[in-house]
Amino acid sequence: MIGGLASGPAGDTIFALASGAGRGAISVVRLSGPACSAIVADLAGTLPAARRASLRRLRGADGETLDQALVIWMPGPNSYTGEDSAELHLHGGRAVVDAVSDALLQASARPADPGEFSRRAVLNQRMTLLQAEAAADLVAAETKLQRIQALRLADGEHGRLLHDWTNRLTRCLAVQEAMIDFPEENLSPVEEDAACTDLKLLLSELRKHRLASTKGQRLRDGLTFVIIGAPNVGKSSLINALAGREAAIVSATPGTTRDPVTVQLEFSGIPVTLVDTAGLRETHDVIEAEGVRRALDAASRADLTLLLIDTSVKTAPPAQVGQLVIANKVDLGPPPHGAIGVSATTGVGMIELRQCLAEAATNLANPEASTAFTRARHLAALRDAEAALCCAVSLTQAELQAEETRRALLAIGRITGFVDNEAVLDVIFSSFCIGK
Amino acid sequence: MPAKYFDVIVVGGGHAGCEAAAAAGRMGAATLLVTHRLDRIGELSCNPSIGGIGKSHLVREVDALDGLIGRAADAACIHSKVLNRSKGPAVRGTRVQADRALYRQAIRRLLDNTPNVTLSADEAVSLITDGKGHVVGLNTRDQGAVRCRSLVIATGTFLRGAIHVGRQQISAGRVGENASISLAESLAQLGVELGRLKTGTPPRLARDSIAWGSLRPDLGDPTATPLSFMTGALAQSQVECRITATTHATHALVEANLKHTGRFVGTITGQGPRYCPSIEDKIVRFPGRDRHQIFLEPEGLPGTPDGQSVYPNGISTSLPEHLQLAMLHTIPGLESAKITRPGYAVEYDFVQPTSLHPSLEVRALPGLFLAGQINGTTGYEEAAAQGVIAGVNAALSASSRPTILLDRISSYIGVMIDDLTRCGITEPYRMFTSRAEYRLSLRCDNADLRLTPRGFQVGCVDSRRAALFLTFQEEVSSSLNLAKIPTVLPSTLQSNDIFCKQDGVKRSLLDCLALGQGALVFQQFFPWLSSLSGAVVTQIEVEAAYRGYLTRQEAEQRQLRGVMHVELPEITQTILQSLSSEARSAVETYRPTTLAEAARLEGIDSAELRTLARQHKL
Repeated sequence: MIGGLASGPAGDTIFALASGAGRGAISVVRLSGPACSAIVADLAGTLPAARRASLRRLRGADGETLDQALVIWMPGPNSYTGEDSAELHLHGGRAVVDAVSDALLQASARPADPGEFSRRAVLNQRMTLLQAEAAADLVAAETKLQRIQALRLADGEHGRLLHDWTNRLTRCLAVQEAMIDFPEENLSPVEEDAACTDLKLLLSELRKHRLASTKGQRLRDGLTFVIIGAPNVGKSSLINALAGREAAIVSATPGTTRDPVTVQLEFSGIPVTLVDTAGLRETHDVIEAEGVRRALDAASRADLTLLLIDTSVKTAPPAQVGQLVIANKVDLGPPPHGAIGVSATTGVGMIELRQCLAEAATNLANPEASTAFTRARHLAALRDAEAALCCAVSLTQAELQAEETRRALLAIGRITGFVDNEAVLDVIFSSFCIGK
Repeated sequence: MPAKYFDVIVVGGGHAGCEAAAAAGRMGAATLLVTHRLDRIGELSCNPSIGGIGKSHLVREVDALDGLIGRAADAACIHSKVLNRSKGPAVRGTRVQADRALYRQAIRRLLDNTPNVTLSADEAVSLITDGKGHVVGLNTRDQGAVRCRSLVIATGTFLRGAIHVGRQQISAGRVGENASISLAESLAQLGVELGRLKTGTPPRLARDSIAWGSLRPDLGDPTATPLSFMTGALAQSQVECRITATTHATHALVEANLKHTGRFVGTITGQGPRYCPSIEDKIVRFPGRDRHQIFLEPEGLPGTPDGQSVYPNGISTSLPEHLQLAMLHTIPGLESAKITRPGYAVEYDFVQPTSLHPSLEVRALPGLFLAGQINGTTGYEEAAAQGVIAGVNAALSASSRPTILLDRISSYIGVMIDDLTRCGITEPYRMFTSRAEYRLSLRCDNADLRLTPRGFQVGCVDSRRAALFLTFQEEVSSSLNLAKIPTVLPSTLQSNDIFCKQDGVKRSLLDCLALGQGALVFQQFFPWLSSLSGAVVTQIEVEAAYRGYLTRQEAEQRQLRGVMHVELPEITQTILQSLSSEARSAVETYRPTTLAEAARLEGIDSAELRTLARQHKL
């Protein structure tokens, strides 16, 4: 034992608006739970044929017509949640959705908690925790690459990898445990050596995936590029030129921008938040000083900073790691050496700059990299597993090695949501002839 | 003729039954132990050894609750060995070989010296229940109906026991002893679902028919390590074991005769333990192995009848007797061995332990507790551990006090009972240290510190042990405090050839022990060490060895226990009103003291738990 997922209140029947809030042609309300069939039958007169779209008149408890709707009845266990479920495709007006929701509440269904449909699906073993997370990522995906990455997760690529790691760690732990629990069985030291070697291999694999995952996480969460520079070099003009609209106020007065201004862009399918900041200079203006502090703060958390200078500067400052030096106003003079020359007002050099940014984005968040673990939860667990394996391979005491291997196994288990101690015993008894 | 009423009746005189009766007696309950034959009380039915890895942990825990098994094993010890000596303290375990007669005598003496326990040679026939389905007594063959408040059943392999030798089948619990058929029927009638399990035992050999001299000896430790906190030094002289192994000829013979064993013919249907396979099973399942090790263990001191018998550990079998003999003759040293008693497989009824509360009370039959092999376990130690818990809880329940539950964090007993009652079993359950996720903190060396205080609370620890324990506990805690105080300069260590970083920072004893040597080396710098007993020094050494790990495990345990183990204040009427009627009656009856306990009650689901937690602002 060590436990699977905590179970929740599965007895309730839940509902939620599945389509986006706001007015649309159609609103979809989903229902799931044991009272589903009774509720749908009451609402629609009779229970429609399973898995068929049926046009029904929905009526409230008092007989009043609520809407003409397409009703799809999906009895469990072959439904998304594994429970009896239904979808009501309503007319998109808010009043319609409200009236139907009221009727559902009266029928003792309750609004679903966030993620509760997927949670039930996981609890009923209709999908793994990873797949549920992939479903959430798919719903949230805004760019093509994010969609591809989420689909990989949904396809179970990560699941297969984790399964492989789990099996191998279980095998290693079984060998270690057998050596501890059966000291008089003359077990072969060959097994012990093989386990030791595989632990080292697992450690390097985990490390490789953890490093790749940082990129994957950036793709999932998007990148942040921050423009910094002295006042009046044209930071706001540049952000407007890149955004293709007037996002930031441009004026000849130095220090116009105080609060950071952000625009959402996409480079090579990777979402990028571009931030314009207050010009960096010494100032006695309290509000401007705060703007400068915020600019530096934003820059420190950026995936890439764009240091903007203008062509009045003769030599470009050396670019720091994670920094691109751009010289604005090439229409007024040649750019200094080592800087990318653009003119935000005439558009000269903007195509090249875009290419440069796209390249940087791809390098920072390369979706083609090996299976990436993109959620903070996954990465944290991967780091824990790596740290534990690191100890396991360096320790000499058998019970402490096993302790660390088990910790690694538990950490991987936290990603998949399942850990089984019995599996270790199964491996021991199927691999070794043990017992007197 | 004993009285016709007892607070607690225990059926069965094996390891579980004896512990249960003794525990109930120590707690002041008028207790009756019913068993077929008084002369077989405390019989070691299978191998003549007690303890080992994981199992000695259980023995130490039973001992910490003032149980019998550790003291009896020490009294009967003729060969003792600490296993895993090269590994860390958490996974070391003592295995003792016992003289059978001395063991029985020791158990009998301990039982006779336990107050409030009456022994009765009789047969348990059926259970008596009242109108509400509570168990209130036992019908016996000789004494008729005997009333009780709690009943403990610990019948081992006797419940519809069937012995298989070759294709032969005999109804018996042990060789020459009747099975309990009517008791099994009575349980079934009350709706208890029974399953079938199997175990086996090897043939016993005549000591002087073995070519002893040709075999490799397996010596015990020069000084035996006691299994009980109460044992000072061990006096018994040591016997010698020898090691041999099966050969190609053995394997060929077994393979050719598989058709003669009940296991493969299909007359045996019960599931046997994977970790205690018969020689048939070993050969079939691991065809690649060309030899299987056999330990030859004398069953008693030289010159005694038991000493004439040898237990060949590693070849339990249900082959017919003449083939057992032929098989033995293919083994080096056993070429002219004589069998004093053939090996056999035994099948018996068990109750799926998921039908039990963690108190070992049958959920559906209040007043009935089960312990030992009837719950699907195997092993003397596992049985004894359940026995002591069933006995304590039967006595508590008889006096209408709340039962005790040990959790996975506290003990191997807790791990075992949690595994059994939560997951059930598919094969006989045996303890392994790998089952305990808090293995580093559940050690033999600290079993008393972990459990004896719990024993005080419920009253199952007698005053002599209590006094000794309190002194020990005090000594451990004050020495551990001393061990944390930095007093020695690194330069002082250096000048005594102990190398460490010369940073001018004073070191404590725990810091010094981290340098990798035993406490003895540092005695000159920490003179107070010389006044300590070995057990106390061990506590300091272990603390040093596992320092970081124990801290981390404690943090995890706190988190786990967290909300679940915060004590619930008095459960008020308002709180009860907020629960469903089923949950309310469960809470009223059992008065859980923590959420964890509440979670165990039938009728309490997670929603009710949340309600409880909310009401108590947890």
